Amino acid sequence: MITFDRHPDNYRHWQLSVDDDIATLTLAVDEDSGLVPGYQLKLNSYDLGVDIELNDALQRLRFEYPTVRTVIITSGLEKMFCAGANIYMLGTSSHGWKVNFCKFTNETRNGIEDSSRHSGIKFLAACNGTTAGGGYELALACDEIFLIDDRSSAVSLPEVPLLGVLPGTGGLTRLTDKRKMRHDLADVFCTNPDGVRGRRAKEWRLVDEVVPRNNFDEKVKARAKELTAGSTRPVEASGVKLTPLDRQIDEYGYHYRHVDAVLDEEAGVATITVTSSDADIPETLADIHAAGANWWPFAMARELDDAILMLRTNNEEIGTFLLKTRGEIENVLKVDTILAEQQDDWSVREVIGMLRRTLARLDVSSRSLFALIEEGSCFAGTLYELALAADRTYMLDIAEDDGNPPYIALSPMNFGAYEAVNGTTRLAHRFYEDGAVLNILKQQSGMHIDAVEAEEKGLVTFIPDDIDWDEEIRLLIEERASLSPDALTGLEANLRFGGPETAATKIFGRLSAWQNWIFNRPNAVGEKGALKLFGSGTKAEFDKRRV
Amino acid sequence: MAINYQERIPNNVDLGNDRRLQRALEHWQPRFLDWWQELGPEGFQTSDVYLRTATSVDAKGWATFGAVKMPEYRWGIFLADQEKDRTIGFGDDFGKPVWQQVPGEYRSILRRLIVTQGDTEPASVEQQRLLGQTCPSLFDLRNLFQVNVEEGRHLWAMVYLLHAYFGRDGREEAEDLLMRHSGSEDNPRILGTFNEPISEWLSFFMFTYFTDRDGKYQLKCLAESSFDPLARTCQFMLTEEAHHMYVGETGITRIIKRTLEKMTELKTDDPAVLRKAGVIDLPTLQRFVNFWFSSCMDLFGAEISSNAAISFANGIKGRPDERAFEDHVERDTSLKIEKPDDAGGVHMEEITVRSAINDQVRLAYIKDCMVGVTRWNRLIKKAGFDFTIELPSSRFRRKIGFWSDVVTDPTGSIISKEEFDCRHDEFLPSDSDRAYIHSLMQQVIEPGKMAGWIAAPDRGINSMPVDYEYVNLQ
Repeated sequence: MITFDRHPDNYRHWQLSVDDDIATLTLAVDEDSGLVPGYQLKLNSYDLGVDIELNDALQRLRFEYPTVRTVIITSGLEKMFCAGANIYMLGTSSHGWKVNFCKFTNETRNGIEDSSRHSGIKFLAACNGTTAGGGYELALACDEIFLIDDRSSAVSLPEVPLLGVLPGTGGLTRLTDKRKMRHDLADVFCTNPDGVRGRRAKEWRLVDEVVPRNNFDEKVKARAKELTAGSTRPVEASGVKLTPLDRQIDEYGYHYRHVDAVLDEEAGVATITVTSSDADIPETLADIHAAGANWWPFAMARELDDAILMLRTNNEEIGTFLLKTRGEIENVLKVDTILAEQQDDWSVREVIGMLRRTLARLDVSSRSLFALIEEGSCFAGTLYELALAADRTYMLDIAEDDGNPPYIALSPMNFGAYEAVNGTTRLAHRFYEDGAVLNILKQQSGMHIDAVEAEEKGLVTFIPDDIDWDEEIRLLIEERASLSPDALTGLEANLRFGGPETAATKIFGRLSAWQNWIFNRPNAVGEKGALKLFGSGTKAEFDKRRV
Repeated sequence: MAINYQERIPNNVDLGNDRRLQRALEHWQPRFLDWWQELGPEGFQTSDVYLRTATSVDAKGWATFGAVKMPEYRWGIFLADQEKDRTIGFGDDFGKPVWQQVPGEYRSILRRLIVTQGDTEPASVEQQRLLGQTCPSLFDLRNLFQVNVEEGRHLWAMVYLLHAYFGRDGREEAEDLLMRHSGSEDNPRILGTFNEPISEWLSFFMFTYFTDRDGKYQLKCLAESSFDPLARTCQFMLTEEAHHMYVGETGITRIIKRTLEKMTELKTDDPAVLRKAGVIDLPTLQRFVNFWFSSCMDLFGAEISSNAAISFANGIKGRPDERAFEDHVERDTSLKIEKPDDAGGVHMEEITVRSAINDQVRLAYIKDCMVGVTRWNRLIKKAGFDFTIELPSSRFRRKIGFWSDVVTDPTGSIISKEEFDCRHDEFLPSDSDRAYIHSLMQQVIEPGKMAGWIAAPDRGINSMPVDYEYVNLQ
């Protein structure tokens, strides 16, 4: 079983050091510490395990080091920044594993950009050696790229000429959309296995600076310092310690304090239940800081994030997530009021960021998502985002006489805090940015909305009554389980991410479509395919027909 | 207010303790009654009719006779007794336990089958709503109404399944069953045949003999279903459907008998003479057989059907009397089937058994149709006349399947379109045939008396005399 808990004391591949407002993440991959047996992580190449540490390090920089304003990402190896994803790992992995790996690395790189945009943390890639493939894609996720000018170190995306696949972790999208590289030059760059170095790399906008070896460190430090200017991060603050998650794993699933993920393997379903906070949640900044990682919205977000990752990685055949909540609507609304009012505080801002990225992880989970709004639920504000993320939402319509009718509620947090990867809030996306509808809904923030009204407003999909409920849900789950998982993943992604594209939707979409297509084609993975034969000394043979 | 559900809706599904079904009763049944008043038999809603009501599924209860006003008929909900440990009888899941609930995977396909079946039931009531005004006797009038109320009950049975097992979608479909109307421009019934009005009694008897027999075969296929409540519902419906077939078979028999009496009396088989004598000559009868039998052929679907194959493979809809078949899985089996070729000939084509399910059902149906035809021919022969009623070929007048673009005569020989048009009146009822039949339709309501074109039945209903007042028109 793969878990995502890491601590800097036990990192095998990364070193995290902090000097005042500048942190340095140094990659020195332990060749013999691959996550699964069967390959060596030579030349600073990475596998999922390396990226799990990177993800942990980024989380610690966000929460434990609030005064860090610039992060330098560099290598601890001579003449080698990073060779990218380990090809032998890819060659021996199942298709599903490859995809999950690429997805997680994408999320981590998107997270870097998310922190640059929202948290005031700038990232500087100090490429002190060969920067190839996924290594260059990691650099591309940073705000700026410095390349050492030693007449040999180059940046390259050799996936097409060497492996017959694409740079699938956002490389192509970031070359064009982010770095605005001319497409003809990009064509040259992406078909040359040696890449581009020196002055030309800068001229072609592949890097921001090329710096000779003798003053590379110095220039990097100086630029890192410059990048700290204008950050919204505090000058003085003590961080929030990321305490280990209180998690129990057993045959029934993954259990946390506020989140419970229960598996039904036969039905292919995981039921994820999020429990609301207590009424007496810390609300002053002092109390919030004192609560630290125990503050409900943060603790809940971390648990939910971990649950999604655990399910995604360890339970491939769980195709449907049922999203439920339990607790008091008013308590959730109270949390939202605090989040909205205190969002200028760095730690509250980071908690909102954590929630935003966690919900985004749910969006790209490749699972059918159904929100079930039942008696005792609290789909309000931040937790209503779970329903908004779902492919369908079922709300129980029950009379007061027969039970405890559930309500939903909106809060200001639904109107801006949680941008999805498509750059818009889920609520705005749901109503195709219709300002009139959104204005009316905004005015109704805080109101308890019953099933009939929720259906009328378009906030839920169906409202079965108590007589039909069990049967409807059973049929829903069984019907879904009978459909092709591939077609469903494609369908759900198409419908979830309608409307305008962003770099992130392009990255995920093109990974899902182009890269996965190529990953399944004989020209890459057949007996004579390029990915299959890489490193064997045998030349790949291609089926020349264009498709 | 407490409602005595057992009293209002006789049932064996524990209606009194089932909230879901009570809601069905409360919402749907009033609409059903409105529909019955509006589109049920016209002109007899206040008459007392000597009807059979099912009050339980056992031998004692399934046929309780008594005078009832039709709108007060107690439309019940009955499923045949549950067979303990019943297993799936065909398809890929052969031998596994049957389903007591709808599997989510098959929800849509099962719902569609039930809706299609359910739609035919009220459609036939609508088609026959004006027939009472031209009934040949009170005995026949009563039989018409018996058929009508039982079609109503069959609708109710399908609606029960929709309400009990298909949630909101099922309820919406149940409402639509009352919103579609036979012959309606905007909301016609699903199957084309059920949109033609039946305006005279020869067609009514043909319909009950041929078209209701199609219903019987559809029910027999559904009675094999792995969805146990559907199977049990259809099993019980089949006992009632048998009566409809009886009405059709005896109706046509009595027409033939009357015609033979006149033929013997007048010593002629000349249609013109017989028409003057007010009976239906046998060639005309044959043309009606040609018409009604051939309109039923398409109801079984195309010769090759992937839908039927999927339904069979998944255990949703089987073949009639599946137990009689040797292989219940038919995974890789094939059979040969006639197919027209481009050169105007016919060749045998090999297709998988699963994709030929429709044709197997059609063949069983044709065989069943032959039983009555053989009896009629025996009657004709016994009377000393040389005439044989023939079922037309299953290729004749097809609109779907292999033979849809092929013009044939009733024997199935391929002919030109011109020849068909030219000989139309030889094959099928002509306008003048229909006009003649209509001219015979005069209401006869004196107890025991029969219209001149039909013989009296051998016996009455439920051991009552033939001249019993089966419908009290007061």
